Amino acid sequence: MKINVKFFASLREQLGQSEAFIEHDSPLSVKEIWQRTTSSDELPDNILCAINMEYVDSSAMVESDAEVAFFPPVTGG
Amino acid sequence: MIELRDSEFNPWQELENHQQKLAAGQYGACCNFVGSMRDFNEGDSVSKMTLEHYPGMTEKFLQTICDEASEKWPLLDCLIIHRVGEINPNDSIVLTAVWSAHRNASFEACRYLIEELKHRAPFWKKENTDKGDRWVSENTPSDQ
Repeated sequence: MKINVKFFASLREQLGQSEAFIEHDSPLSVKEIWQRTTSSDELPDNILCAINMEYVDSSAMVESDAEVAFFPPVTGG
Repeated sequence: MIELRDSEFNPWQELENHQQKLAAGQYGACCNFVGSMRDFNEGDSVSKMTLEHYPGMTEKFLQTICDEASEKWPLLDCLIIHRVGEINPNDSIVLTAVWSAHRNASFEACRYLIEELKHRAPFWKKENTDKGDRWVSENTPSDQ
């Protein structure tokens, strides 16, 4: 399965990457994708997660060809 | 209708233009919220700001909260316009507007739209201050 991972705003700058791609044989959770694409084991509590542009919890499982996004608290408006 | 703009807009002109498209005689109330850029934040001068968003998800989320508001209250129409990119002090950042037959629905739905947008819409502000660039860490609570 292929997964496209995106990072935004301050998180993108901290990690030094805006995008990552994963290929894996079995399903992965959002938290496992975080661990594989960053050097940190723990997903910080304040980081928000989305699969295919919908908010999800870090325990959510990711389907093949999905787009997963991680970003900091939002500050629009 | 939802829209992201990468250049300055006049919220009052947008309200006028949008209202002219609605069926005359149907709406009895319009409430709106306009958020503008201040030239100060947390005690520092701010000379410029950049608004980042998540293309695709941001538009989808704004449409979702318009749909939710229309399910919760008897609305005739919703309008959200939000800036992205570089913004200068005094520029309008956001307009939320709601039309309905009676005032209560438009008051409550307009508040709902701006609060949901502030708390959940994927936008991020980066300020250019007299002490350097910095990301805004969180929005002010809804009672401020």
